[in-house]
Amino acid sequence: MAMTMHCDIVSAETELFSGTVEVVVAPAVRGEVGIYPRHTQMITPLKPGEVRITKQGGEEESIYVSGGILEVQPHVVTILSDTAVRAHDLDEAAALEAQKRAEQALKDKTGDMEEAEALAKLAEAAAQLQMIQKIRKQRK
Amino acid sequence: MASGKEIRTKIKSIQNTQKITSAMEMVAASKMRKAQDRMAASRPYSDKMRQVIHHLAFAHTEYKHPYLLDREEVKRVGYIIISTDRGLCGGLNINLFKAVLNSMKDWAQQGVGVDYCTIGSKGTGFFKRMKGDIISQTSQLGDAPSINDLIGTVKVMLDAYNEGKIDRLYLVHNDFVNTMTQTPQVSQLLPVSSIKEEDELKHHWDYIYEPDAKEVLDNLMIRYIESLVYQGVIENIACEMAARMIAMKAASDNAGNLIDELQLAYNKARQAAITQEISEIVSGAAAV
Repeated sequence: MAMTMHCDIVSAETELFSGTVEVVVAPAVRGEVGIYPRHTQMITPLKPGEVRITKQGGEEESIYVSGGILEVQPHVVTILSDTAVRAHDLDEAAALEAQKRAEQALKDKTGDMEEAEALAKLAEAAAQLQMIQKIRKQRK
Repeated sequence: MASGKEIRTKIKSIQNTQKITSAMEMVAASKMRKAQDRMAASRPYSDKMRQVIHHLAFAHTEYKHPYLLDREEVKRVGYIIISTDRGLCGGLNINLFKAVLNSMKDWAQQGVGVDYCTIGSKGTGFFKRMKGDIISQTSQLGDAPSINDLIGTVKVMLDAYNEGKIDRLYLVHNDFVNTMTQTPQVSQLLPVSSIKEEDELKHHWDYIYEPDAKEVLDNLMIRYIESLVYQGVIENIACEMAARMIAMKAASDNAGNLIDELQLAYNKARQAAITQEISEIVSGAAAV
């Protein structure tokens, strides 16, 4: 019987695979790597691509990951898969956007307090309207 | 004493309110269940992440990541505050903000400034009114936020840390204990403090890093922090729903009590009116 190791493939939002495997082939940034049991400790980022695993008994399965991190311990392989498509520029843009949102929120006049004020004014106006309607009815 | 008609309209309006609150309670209950599922689904990732970080601490890395090193002098600290977007969830947000203010007090005494990153519009509103320095912000993430929505927001704080603008980073969110209890929690994100080197367990090994240690660790650390924040956001949503459910249940119950009391008053008023009418008729007949 072939030697086996434990393999976990998880993403932030869900668990993709967990079980006993014979081989894991993953798309590392420097090219595809094949991991067999008793591989020395290794850690590397992954490119978006296909992770192929040979399960205990020889059955193969492939899982798509959009990048992530591969950690290898002699008897455990862990793949932390990203759910997001990441690139340095994209992250940068997202960061800028978050900052902009903060600035806008600080400038924005329609904060919670203003909203409460507006609501109070609205209630006042509604009450006045009701009063006017009542007076009109009485006149008729 | 209020007349019968007045009481009746009052009852009617309270009944309408009660209908709304009980509907909100049911919606919150079903959303809470979903949020709890999501919490459970995201747990394997953060568990594995923690494990890898733990392994890293035991490995003899030739490169020490700045996130793992304690900075001796603290000039400015950062807080990532996770709050809700909507209200009507009891004291959930206020308790959280109180926890932040408490932990801030110590820093203020040492003359340390604070930068905020707020997730959720309630937090943004509150710290804006406090005239706090909000340097990054996000809101309206919905019930099922993805880690995508958080990357930029978190990166602003990480960049600030890298550049030395802040020397500590804290995460503040509500901890989901159970449906009845949510406790605000302030935990230190940076420098990563949960990792303590235990001398007996030190093995002399190191990872093979592809392509090199710095790049790999940078990648990993960013993801680690993001996963912690994400977990916090997910947990906070479950808390929000639970708190709203409880608050709305209390509101519905209170409305019920109010209606009972008003009903009693209404019946009394009605009875009094009838009695009065009868006595008037009787006394009128006697006078004739």
